[in-house]
Parts: sequence; C-alpha cells; structure tokens
Amino acid sequence: MKKVMQVFITVFLAAFALVGVTSYLNSSNGYSGADTLTVYNWGDYIDPDLIDKFQRETGIKVVYETFDSNEAMLTKIARGGTAFDIVIPSDYAINKMKAEGMLIRLDHSKIPNLKHIDPRFLDLSFDEGNKYSIPYFWGTMGIIYNPELTQGKEFSSWEALWDTDLRSEILLVDSAREVIGVGLNSLGYSLNDTDTDHLQEAYRKLCELTPNVKAIVGDEIKMLLANEEAAVGVVWSGDAAIIMDENDKLDYVIPSEGSMVWLDNIVIPRTARNIEGAHLFINFILDPENSAQNTEYVGYATPNAAALEYLPEEITGDERFYPGPDVTDNLEVLANLGKRMLGYYNELFLEFKMHRKRA
Amino acid sequence: MQYRTRNIYLIPYAAWIVLFVIAPIVLIAYYSMFDIDGALTLGNYRRFFTPVYMGMAVRSFWYAFLVTMFSLLVAYPTAYLLTKTKHKQLWLLLMIMPSWMNLLLKAYAFIGMFGTYGPVNALLSAVGIGTKQILFTEFSFIFVAVYIFVPFMILPIFNALDELNPSLVAAARDLGASGWHTFRRVVFPLTINGVKSGCRAVFIPALSLFMITRLIAGNRVITLGTAIEQHFLVTQDWGMGSTIAVFLIIAMGLTMVLTGSGEEGRQHVK
Repeated sequence: MKKVMQVFITVFLAAFALVGVTSYLNSSNGYSGADTLTVYNWGDYIDPDLIDKFQRETGIKVVYETFDSNEAMLTKIARGGTAFDIVIPSDYAINKMKAEGMLIRLDHSKIPNLKHIDPRFLDLSFDEGNKYSIPYFWGTMGIIYNPELTQGKEFSSWEALWDTDLRSEILLVDSAREVIGVGLNSLGYSLNDTDTDHLQEAYRKLCELTPNVKAIVGDEIKMLLANEEAAVGVVWSGDAAIIMDENDKLDYVIPSEGSMVWLDNIVIPRTARNIEGAHLFINFILDPENSAQNTEYVGYATPNAAALEYLPEEITGDERFYPGPDVTDNLEVLANLGKRMLGYYNELFLEFKMHRKRA
Repeated sequence: MQYRTRNIYLIPYAAWIVLFVIAPIVLIAYYSMFDIDGALTLGNYRRFFTPVYMGMAVRSFWYAFLVTMFSLLVAYPTAYLLTKTKHKQLWLLLMIMPSWMNLLLKAYAFIGMFGTYGPVNALLSAVGIGTKQILFTEFSFIFVAVYIFVPFMILPIFNALDELNPSLVAAARDLGASGWHTFRRVVFPLTINGVKSGCRAVFIPALSLFMITRLIAGNRVITLGTAIEQHFLVTQDWGMGSTIAVFLIIAMGLTMVLTGSGEEGRQHVK
C-alpha cells in the first residue's frame, strides 16, 4: 500500500514538474523586447543570410520560428502565450486574423520601401489599402503537364482537361475552393461566385471530368508528378516550380480563362512586443536588393517590382512564373465567402469526389 | 479500511475513464447540436440523412465489410498454419511486427510499389500482362487496408486455435468426420469467439479509415472518416463533423452488440 502511494505521488510530482517545464518553455518562446524580434514563418521561407544581415545592421536579435500550415499558425496565436512580432500568413488567413482582431495596423510612414511593390499586388480584397499586410511572395494556380506523355497537346485553356485522350491521367489537389474553382473558371464564372446555380453548373461540369481524374491527392502530388505517375496535374505555381526542379520535362501553364492568384503576406500580430523593430524588418525585406536575394533563395515570385532588376533575366523573363499584366488581369484572389458558403463549396466537393467513374 | 484502500486504487482508472472516455463522447454529442454559426439546432442530424451522407455511410460500411471479410479469409488459414508450426511464437511475432511500423510509412511504401514504374507493374509487364493502373483503385485500397488490419485478425484467432484441445479434433476424426466436417462442426464453432473479436478489431477501425483513402485510393474511395476530416480541418463545421462521429459511435456500439461481448466466449474456451 505504501509503495503504491509512493508510486502515485512520484507520478503526480513528475506530471506537475512537466506542466511547469512546459509552461516555462511556452512563455520563453518568443520573448521579445526592444532588442529581439521574433519571426514566425513557413519553414525555409527566408534566406538565413538576410537575417544575419538584419542583425548586423540593426543590432536586433532575430528569433526565427516556423509553422507548416495557416491553421496551425492561427491556433497558436489565438491560444496566446506567444510574442511573435512578424508573421507571414496566406491571403485567406489574413481575412480571419483581421476579423478576429489579431493584427496591428501598419504605420506606412515607417515602411518607405512599400513604393517598390508592384501595384498589381496592392489593395486586394483581403486587405484593402494594405492596412495590415504587405505582400511577401505570390503565385498562381495552373496546369502542369508532361509533353512526352500528352503528345504535344495544348493546355492554354481549362477546357483541355476535359479531352477524352486524358482518361485517368489528371491529378487534382485535395482542396475544395481550388477544384470547384477550375469548374467555375472553365465556365467563365468568378472563383468567388456565390450563385448556387452557377456552382451547381460547375459541379455538373466537374462530374464530366471524373473519368479523366486519376486521383485527388495532397502534398504527394509533387512526388507523383515528378515520378511521371500521371501526365497532367492542377497545382499551385510554387509546387509546379518544385516539381519542375526535379523533373525538367514538365511544363506549367496558366489557363487563359483565368485562375487563382495567391499571396503570402507580412503582418504584425496583436501579440507583438517589438512593433518598432517589426516595421524595421518589413522595410528591410522590401529593400529591392534584399528582396532579390530572398527571391533567389526561396524560388517563388516576388511582388517587388524594383527587385526584378537585380534578378537574372532567366528568372524574371519566365512568363510562367512572372506572367505579364495581360494574364494577371484575369487572375483572382480567393475572397472570404463566409463559413456557410465555404460549407456549400465543401459539400459540392465531397459530392464530386463521390461521383463514380464512368470509364 | 480495506474497502477504502480499494477505492483509492480505483481513482486513477475512474479519472481516466471520465476524462478520456466519457467526457469526449459527451463533448462530441454536445457539439453535434450546433450549426456552423454556433446556433443550437438538430439540422445536422437531418443533414446526415440526405443522399450525400447516406451514400457515404453505405460505402463506409461496404468497404469496412469487404476489408473485414478479406482479412478473415487471409487470417484464419494463416492462424491455423501458425499453430502447426514448431516455433509458433516466433512466427507470430514476425506476423505482428509490421503493425509496429508507422502507418504513413507503410502507405508511402505502397505508393512506390503500386506506382506505374513500381516493382508490381514491372513484374506484370515482365510476364506479359502489361502495365495496369493499380494505385488509386478500389483494389489497392482494400489490399492495403487488409494488409494493415490482418495482424489484428490473426492474433485473436491464433489464441482461440491455440487453446483448442487437440483431442477434440482427434475424437471427431475417430468418429468418422471428414476434414471439412471436423472444421465446420468442431474447430470453427470452438474458435468462433476468436473470429468475432478479430472481426470487431478490424471492422470498427475500418469504418472510419481516412488517411489511406487519399494516399492509396486518391480520394476515389470516400468514407465517413474523410468527411469528418474535411469538416474539422477545412469547413470548420465542427457540428456536422461531430454528428458523423456520433453516428460512427452508434454504429460501432451496434457492431459490439451484434457480435456479442468477448467475455462469455473466454469462459467457454477455458
């Protein structure tokens, strides 16, 4: 009996000790003051040399932490106990953070380098007037294809996906807005359409695509396309660049009817302790030379127009990743349609997935 | 005094059950009463009985049934042969070992094996059948699911067969029963409880499979597990996700009741 009690007491003490250690660790992550700056970003999404340079120039110590999904980032910040000064969420997450009062208004007078940003990427629906966010990187959604397996077929239109030669050759990303968006775009509707008739029409159109769809997958899409498991994929340009890096036979195209454009943005969350330093950091990143260096490291497209001069022609001249205004005019940012509409999109997507293959 | 001591022993178990069994179920039932805007409603339950979710439920049951049946077909003879081998514990260990490996790892291995340029297709073209699409089909889904679940079927059947008194089999043969008859009238009825608990151990988790529906079946197989995942992670419609979970819990409870509890069985065998 005594022994049992001893075991219990030991276990309880150990548990309490662990709780104590955890809360200590949590509170110490991102302990920002005037001389430190905590950056919360996607993994490997900034050139580490730039962080060193910033530390040397300003004397502010940078603590770099990473997340792997917008949802994980939102949860962590909403839970509190963090002191991130800079966060880099995607466009739709900005909407949520704004609605929940998680962001601090930016002082544009402290970010003079904002003038270098291409106006095409400013003042977008998720943050009009860029009161809370500054574009960091951008990209599109399009079709990646393997010319060897598709015998020189053209993919300049979404319609090409419906070609009967492509039986069981297409991979789609497992994401409702993107896939329903392909249906909407191919019919000439907006990606943010909320008319249920239009959505039903898009759904029926997508059901006709079913025989061509090999699979609807997540991150594995990169590996599968690089290994030539399928000839065609509908992917984000960032993934396309990674796939083409591994298998240079593939090519990427943005269909002419229009498509989606995504942006990752720099924001200052409500939890920030070093707001002054955060503005310094944003301005530092927007400096054309720094921005160019970062772009070469990360490999995504930069919205910084002045940085393009510092980048090699082979990068900036690539119309697939730096499309001209004629293409970008047709691109749309995903708007926040509200939970109800998102629910409707998802239910249509589930139904589309359940639609049986007619071989 | 003794009574009190016993109560102390009970505390950790009671706390465990309340915290990790009862509380989550109550929470799920609670959340299932709210719609996407957080208003109290029974609409989620109505929505469950629409063709979309009903279709998904029927498919989940059908696939879980197929997975259980094929697992049983593989596991019973395997378990039977195992009891006849010399080093049965060693063989059993080898059978069980793959289930210690991470599921994700195994799923990725199958993507490589079943791929267009994988070893299985290489073999198929070598024998002249030619390359087939194996990955992202219902076949591959069921194959991988059976592979994952088979150890959980083998174990209880093996235990039941191992405990079977061999003299009963010998007596049946002495009295003139054929091999098939002995199996049908003696061996199988005496090991039915092993089969039942094996079926439970496979059917219940198979009902809510979700990860391999995407990795192996490429979302060509949609189960209720997929829908729960989507409602919690994408739509943030926790109410609907919880409603589906409530139905799964009910279905699992029914499965338990229909296959009888394992307790009585053990007494028979011993």
